[in-house]
Amino acid sequence: MSSRRDTAERLRRLMATEGDAVAQNTRTVNQLSDYAIQGFDDYEDLRDAAREIKESAIEHLPELIDEVTEAVEANGGQVHVAQTAADANRIVESIMADREAEKLVKSKSMTTEEIDVNDHLEDEGYEVVETDLGEYVIQIADEAPSHLIGPAMHRTPEDIADLFNSEFDLAEDLSGDPNELTEFARERVGKHIREADVGMTGANFVVAESGTLMLVTNEGNARKTAVTPDTHVAVAGIEKLVPSLADLQPFTELIARTGTGQDITSYVSLLTPPVDSPIPDFEADEMRPADDRAFHLVLLDNGRMGMREDDDLRETLYCIRCGACSNACSNFQAVGGHGFGGETYTGGIGTGWEAGVHDLDSAGEMNDLCTGCSRCEPKCPVEIDIPWINTVVRDRINHQGEGDDFDFLVEGLTPDEEPAGLDLQKRLFGNVETLAKVGSLAPGLSNAVAGSRAGKWVLEQAFGVDPRRDLPEFADETLREWYGARGAQVSDPDRDVVLYPDVYTDYFDPDRGKAAVRVLEALGVRVHIPAVPESGRAPISQGMIDTARDQAEAVHGALVTHIDDGRDVVVIEPSDLAMFRRDYEHLLPERSAERLAENTYDVLEYAYGLLDNGADGDALDVPGDDGDAGVAYHSHCQQRTMDVDEYTESVLSDLGYSVRTSDVECCGMAGSFGYKSEYYEVSMDVGEHLHDDLGDIEERALVASGTSCQEQLDVLYEREVPHPVELIAPQ
Amino acid sequence: MSSESLSTFESSVPGPVHRTTAADADATLSEAIEEPAVGTALPYDEVSLADAVDTDPSPSALETAATGVTPAALGIADYGTVTIPSGAAGDELVSLYTPRHVAVVAASDIVPDMPTAYERLGEDFAAGMDTQILATGPSATADMGTLVQGVHGPSETHVVVLEDR
Ligand code: SF4
Repeated sequence: MSSRRDTAERLRRLMATEGDAVAQNTRTVNQLSDYAIQGFDDYEDLRDAAREIKESAIEHLPELIDEVTEAVEANGGQVHVAQTAADANRIVESIMADREAEKLVKSKSMTTEEIDVNDHLEDEGYEVVETDLGEYVIQIADEAPSHLIGPAMHRTPEDIADLFNSEFDLAEDLSGDPNELTEFARERVGKHIREADVGMTGANFVVAESGTLMLVTNEGNARKTAVTPDTHVAVAGIEKLVPSLADLQPFTELIARTGTGQDITSYVSLLTPPVDSPIPDFEADEMRPADDRAFHLVLLDNGRMGMREDDDLRETLYCIRCGACSNACSNFQAVGGHGFGGETYTGGIGTGWEAGVHDLDSAGEMNDLCTGCSRCEPKCPVEIDIPWINTVVRDRINHQGEGDDFDFLVEGLTPDEEPAGLDLQKRLFGNVETLAKVGSLAPGLSNAVAGSRAGKWVLEQAFGVDPRRDLPEFADETLREWYGARGAQVSDPDRDVVLYPDVYTDYFDPDRGKAAVRVLEALGVRVHIPAVPESGRAPISQGMIDTARDQAEAVHGALVTHIDDGRDVVVIEPSDLAMFRRDYEHLLPERSAERLAENTYDVLEYAYGLLDNGADGDALDVPGDDGDAGVAYHSHCQQRTMDVDEYTESVLSDLGYSVRTSDVECCGMAGSFGYKSEYYEVSMDVGEHLHDDLGDIEERALVASGTSCQEQLDVLYEREVPHPVELIAPQ
Repeated sequence: MSSESLSTFESSVPGPVHRTTAADADATLSEAIEEPAVGTALPYDEVSLADAVDTDPSPSALETAATGVTPAALGIADYGTVTIPSGAAGDELVSLYTPRHVAVVAASDIVPDMPTAYERLGEDFAAGMDTQILATGPSATADMGTLVQGVHGPSETHVVVLEDR
């Protein structure tokens, strides 16, 4: 398992060197973008509009390419469609040669990173200078960008000062003062821009009808790059095309809010090149006529047409590269883009891009760092289901995996649909229900084995379970056994519900299930707890889509008659609710998925609804005189994405509790993630952030809705952390 | 333009806003301008730039100017944004290379929001004014650690609103 150890070591090193700068920058921008979105009423409407525009543009891509070609040519420019990165580089090189150019200045563009144009041109003897200050820094440091829009965000000002001081022969060393560093870099870069023969930009959007480019920037370097040299080359992926100028409106209002947390960036340039501005010739100190301007639009395919044909990856092409998904990612906040890897793109949607324009291997590096927490999704201005793209890519990687020495250990324990070579760790966590069933036949024995040194050794060697984690312990009696013996205790019910017995509640923590039963009964509801299979959350989190689909079908089969009978389905574990409400749309026929989505509820969402409709809450446990009113509540990441966390808060506050909530995106445990030996430390780093965020809660009860969150908080606070339903259950 | 849009615009612009009239424009402009100044001609009736403002600057004049003055085609109230049409007179360079940019906008060109702005931009583009910069406040970067204003573009932006134009 040395590769797990290598991964752990690499991530540990990154957290030590780049972690602080990354954490500070991503968390700040993530927070700012939260504020910007909250203050913007049109957010959801514009996301819908943006999504529609992108869907239709990608559908009509071939026509748009023809249209933009005509428009640009009519304006006096040229369009080149490059099939591959090599083609694009050849085209750029020949433009350089035709213009007898020596120096090219560039404004930030991930697409040009994708084709490695700098290396190519430098190899051919040209000088290339990045003009975005962040890009300039990493060009000097000879590093890869660590973020879509903040390429140098892994560096502190002190790092940058050290870099400049060692790179340049300065009369006086620079300190780490950001103003001084900016001034220094601006002077250097400014001189290059004035001297350059060719200016290269990317494009955030390209308008097919007019050949207009939209460039979104704060520094102004893209403006200068486009307008100062007489030759402008824009390199853009074909997915950047939109039909008309009016289509830019929603994006203009969204891109900064999600990307940087600004309402709008300093500059949104709408350029229709070649532009009419006179050409400033700084050497001759004269203005040359605009007629001398040349413009080339290089449209890059490089795998995009293939992505367009791929039902699962297609959505990636809607991405406007705002970087929000990385900023919202707890693991990205801890390790940064260099931890996620990827040849060009990193973090969040990076997996989709890497799989589409490079290959599965370069996507694979980062893929396992996505825990499926889904906090990126509400931040995506084009509503991409980023976790699903990560799941699909993981599934594809699983299917190209190699065999493993420990296969014999899991024969029979893992009745899944996955290929024989699937990583054993994934297989273990993906088949948790079968393991739970076997383990619970003799709970005492299973607990003793899992907790023993020998047991931990096997778990670590074979499955990569970190020995620093304790596996959850089997309960003596499952929730269903308890309920079978006890039976329903409501005779004249107002409603009947099915309480979904998720694996964790059933086998490991029946107490929260019992509390849910008591709360529902106190509100006049009769509870049924039939046998229902695991939701498929476990296999899907390991990228085992076929297995998850089987589970989804079985769950649907088990629940549908109850739903037909008018029973609502109440769910304790948020990650399972998220399966029913969100992920099943990928696994089941549309009508089946909708059926389940519409009839499943979070347990406290359901309690809220009952109370709101007049149920008598007198029997619930309210805070007494013993000062137990203070509660600290950490909601589950997927609950937040579904907007159901607020019901728990409301129920608790309405009952008289004073609730403090956490602001962090995820607890860091994220199902199996925190158990994996290669990610244990990342998981703890994310957890520490939650600890800092909650602050001093010595005097408060601490509750959490998710199993994983409960376990993580157990460790962080060294106390038992119940589900909020346990707080209010009648004693 | 409604008076509501004007006051929203005024409060959203990140930087000083000078409200004035055509008759007082000279005085207001000279307040907002620090010399040496470069500029492009203003298209508003009875408003023009002072002789001291160089309207045909050489590259070196551009680089040494303290202020650049240009007209703005639109003001967008919700965002405090002005749009700089960049044409043969060199507005793009004047508004970009100088440390202070003064944009002059007619009150009647202030629109409430982005959808309305795009309607107007659509008309402008169709009429050939097909390069415009939506500019909001000074140029800025956070790449060196904290937010620093004044990078490749101006560090200071002023907007002069002609209330009777
Ligand atoms: S996937 Fe969405 S959130 Fe992520 S970079 Fe692309 S547009 Fe932004």
